Amino acid sequence: MTDLLSKFDPLINEREALLSTGVRDPYALVMEEVKSPTLAICNGRETILLGTYNYMGMTFDDDVLAAGHDALDNFGAGTTGSRVLNGTYQGHKECEEALKEFYDMDHAMVFSTGYQANLGVISTLAGKDDYVILDIDSHASIYDGCAMGNAQIVAFRHNDVEALEKRLKRLPQEAGKLVVLEGVYSMLGDVAPLKEMVAICKKHGAMVLVDEAHSMGFIGENGRGVCEEQGVIDDVDFIIGTFSKSVGTVGGFCVSNHPKFEIMRLVCRPYVFTASLPPAVVATSAASIRKLMHSGNKRAHLWENSKRLHQGLRDMGYTLGTPEAQSGIIAVIVEDMMQGALLWQELLKNGLYVNLARPPATPHGVTLLRCSLCAEHSSEQVGEILKIFEKSGKDIGVI
Amino acid sequence: MSNHDATKAKIHELIAPFNVKDAELKDEATFMGDLEWDSLTVMDFVAAIEDEFDIIITMNMQAEIETIGQLVDAVAKLQDQ
Repeated sequence: MTDLLSKFDPLINEREALLSTGVRDPYALVMEEVKSPTLAICNGRETILLGTYNYMGMTFDDDVLAAGHDALDNFGAGTTGSRVLNGTYQGHKECEEALKEFYDMDHAMVFSTGYQANLGVISTLAGKDDYVILDIDSHASIYDGCAMGNAQIVAFRHNDVEALEKRLKRLPQEAGKLVVLEGVYSMLGDVAPLKEMVAICKKHGAMVLVDEAHSMGFIGENGRGVCEEQGVIDDVDFIIGTFSKSVGTVGGFCVSNHPKFEIMRLVCRPYVFTASLPPAVVATSAASIRKLMHSGNKRAHLWENSKRLHQGLRDMGYTLGTPEAQSGIIAVIVEDMMQGALLWQELLKNGLYVNLARPPATPHGVTLLRCSLCAEHSSEQVGEILKIFEKSGKDIGVI
Repeated sequence: MSNHDATKAKIHELIAPFNVKDAELKDEATFMGDLEWDSLTVMDFVAAIEDEFDIIITMNMQAEIETIGQLVDAVAKLQDQ
């Protein structure tokens, strides 16, 4: 018998080698208590959270929690059904209304996760003879959506406008083309040149989908993301987003002005063949989205935090993923998995949680510590974060 | 020189700057195994090939191409289309 799990032996061996040195498993952290969007108890110690993508700190907002309690009491714990059968409650429609208002768009479709939104929309739009043109550093959910739809995949160098145009020019004019871009790329926290890219897509007759998972609520005048910030939101055909970052809950969505968009509800398999979000989740999401429409002050504070952390880490001598703060994500690049695991462990010991990310999730084979800031991080907390990074980095010998 | 041979010669020329292991460019030499290329090198090399021949090698096609010989055949076929 062939052991089907033996193909994972290299990873199993690598992990065993790492853990045998005595470092803590970076992928087995348990938060024993969560005190606020920025504080939790881990291993019995109060820990500042700097790796949650909880950019706007909505997870403990009073109005959001009240909406959730109310929905739980009045609509129950779960829907036990697909959106197209028994799984659409009043709350799901209200959540989609909130999204339509937030983005000022005609249609909104809520999925059970952001991953499923990309999987479903991309696989449904781009079939066997269609082309998906994507940035090589795209999120796993985008690649999986391409694979599920059997589309022809054409990748171009990360954020390279010229490489995108060259490829669009070479594709058959009559073929269906979907260009998939992200507003903020989640590993390095860098922003895409959407203004130039979207214009090129339109020039070559391609439809455009932008994943704004890491920019919603934070970037753009109304928090609609990088395509709003760069003035191209009206030329984008589909925006994909998630509730599990700035919104502070879980779920995914697609918004669009396409007149035929509603048919997607019947033909998109990851939408049809899965249970809908529980009532409390759509209620908390809707309440949070509505509050995010009027969060200009929080956005300003988040930018302050991000810029200050970036400058501080740079001054200490850390290597960062971007030359300046471009989003709520700051990536600290380390030499390898061993150094990353050691620094990660030391930060945690000193009361700071960040994400340790490694290939294949990261681009160019780099290992990095991903920090994501929150609008609820106080100035004092950012000061404390910098102190912990300085002490830990020196102790491990990274700086 | 036939078209196929010309394509092969050009591909060998384009491989050269990436061939840091100085592997012998036999038809059956693999990019991952014999040339020891990582995914980043593959991406840069594919872009160079695409630009030279003004073609697109989709990721679906790339998944089927393991050796230099297979690449030459694939490029020759794309040029004919």
